[in-house]
Amino acid sequence: MEILMSIVIGALFASSVYLMLSKSLLRIIIGTGLLSHGAHLLIITMGGLKRGAAPLLGEKAASYVDPLPQALILTAIVISFGVTALFLVLAYRAYQELGTDNMDEMRGNEAND
Amino acid sequence: MINLLVLPLLIPLLTAALLIFLAKSLKAQRILSVISAIGTLTASIILLLTVKKNGIQTVNVGSWDAPFGITLVSDTLSALLVTTSSLITLCVILYSIRSIGTARERFYYYPVVQFLLVGVNGAFTTGDIFNLFVFFEVMLMSSYVLIVIGGTRIQLRESIKYILVNVISSALFVIAVAMLYSVVGSLNMADISQRIAEIGHLPILTVIAVLFLIVFGLKGAIFPLYFWLPGSYYAPPVPILALFGSLLTKVGVYSILRSYSLFFYHDQAFTHELLGILAIITIIVGCIGAIAYWDVKKIVIYNIIIAVGVLVFGISVATEETYKGTVFYTIHDMIVKAALFLLIGVMIKITGTSDLRKMGGLMKKYPLLGWTFLVASFALAGIPPLSGFVGKLLIVRGGLAEGEYVGSLVVLLSSLVVLYSVIKIFMNGFWRAPKDYPGEENQPVMSLWVPGAILVLASAFYGVGAELMYPIISQATDALVHPAIYIDAVLKE
Repeated sequence: MEILMSIVIGALFASSVYLMLSKSLLRIIIGTGLLSHGAHLLIITMGGLKRGAAPLLGEKAASYVDPLPQALILTAIVISFGVTALFLVLAYRAYQELGTDNMDEMRGNEAND
Repeated sequence: MINLLVLPLLIPLLTAALLIFLAKSLKAQRILSVISAIGTLTASIILLLTVKKNGIQTVNVGSWDAPFGITLVSDTLSALLVTTSSLITLCVILYSIRSIGTARERFYYYPVVQFLLVGVNGAFTTGDIFNLFVFFEVMLMSSYVLIVIGGTRIQLRESIKYILVNVISSALFVIAVAMLYSVVGSLNMADISQRIAEIGHLPILTVIAVLFLIVFGLKGAIFPLYFWLPGSYYAPPVPILALFGSLLTKVGVYSILRSYSLFFYHDQAFTHELLGILAIITIIVGCIGAIAYWDVKKIVIYNIIIAVGVLVFGISVATEETYKGTVFYTIHDMIVKAALFLLIGVMIKITGTSDLRKMGGLMKKYPLLGWTFLVASFALAGIPPLSGFVGKLLIVRGGLAEGEYVGSLVVLLSSLVVLYSVIKIFMNGFWRAPKDYPGEENQPVMSLWVPGAILVLASAFYGVGAELMYPIISQATDALVHPAIYIDAVLKE
């Protein structure tokens, strides 16, 4: 199971890097979304998958799943959700103002200020 | 008062929430912001005195015991940094009142500054590695808003790059924390340190240490990862630049200092050597930038990078003396960088340009501004008895004692470059023939000068009163040199 997850995470990272290296702003933002998905999957995998019963009082079991990675992942998801929303709004606003979504044309130089 | 160390987080947080509702009334916003900043400063000074007297203060949030819940830890180092950040934020708010413009004030400038302070103070105070990530995000979210507030073309263009860089570094932070957790099984920094000491040195820990270095290095702008800083910091107006330049990069440096002294100290031959090499290149790159530009903002921005290099060099040598120097120099650099940014902000306001070649002759009309700027420049370059001297002396002496001759020499030579770059501003901006600038009579020069002057004064006292500060600095260093002090304080029950 962990091996499978690792492959999925690797695929997510690879596609996010590919997307982020493109010039279109929208593709870059989708890339950051995939990157954070990969990171979240990594957290859950690092805690160990299917190692025991649910960590609840009253559950009688020899071993329990570590609940901490799930708490972490929740926090991280909320944060990346907020950042992505802000990023999308900003990209739209920048598109309106600058008239382009091509990163090549957003270089900082004196003629462009 | 056991909850004292929560106050520097709680006051700005509640103020920010309150200020959002007062968006319509600028006067109420300004008054409340200043009062709250003074309150935060007072609370952090009381905290600093308490920590000095009673040792490290901890709060287990929600009364979950130390290794399991989130712990807030205030040792002398973090209390010092919290105090400095609160002082700087107060001065920046005072400066903003007359300079940031009503449009930005209406669009939640003051609440966001308070949120930024929550993030910065939280990052300095937390004792939990995942909580550090959360406070980083609070800080970054506020900085995203601050960098784009006003919505000018250059701000929009640069903010996209800034956000992109930081989103990637946040993802890396999550990855690094996940890997550390899978190896160590704890998130409490004291507990991590203890467990790493128990399991001994594993090669994967070096990988994780470098991963953390990439994350914190992106925030702190050390050599290969500094590329975003000059462009992004150039975009926002001066008060925001002062906040960013003095606080945000130092949070990155603090995180490197904390993690590399508390738990990644087992493979110094690799990690600290790497840190040392990067530090030297960082200084050199910063020096090249500081000399190259004729734009006052750019010159001081590149000085940030030089200072980060000096600090990281201090961390890389990792002896008691260089730690002392690093702590001393961090505080100095935060204060004096903020002062310099605010003072060049006044120059830009008067002349209406940030290009040095179009300035000149300010000394005739604004002698006070000129002299404070000169004192700030000398402090930045480290001329005794001003505050930069003591920190650099300790770092260089510690470096030489450890045989790090190249690094120590680069630090020394960088002082000359720093001096040259800021004196270039002084000579071209304040000397030469006076010019007339359209609209300069309407600028509130005196009230803009005061916050900068307060910071210069603080920096001068910090330098002249180094003898008084020394016991506090050595107390702050103790916990860095002997992680056991920190661990015992957190896990005592």
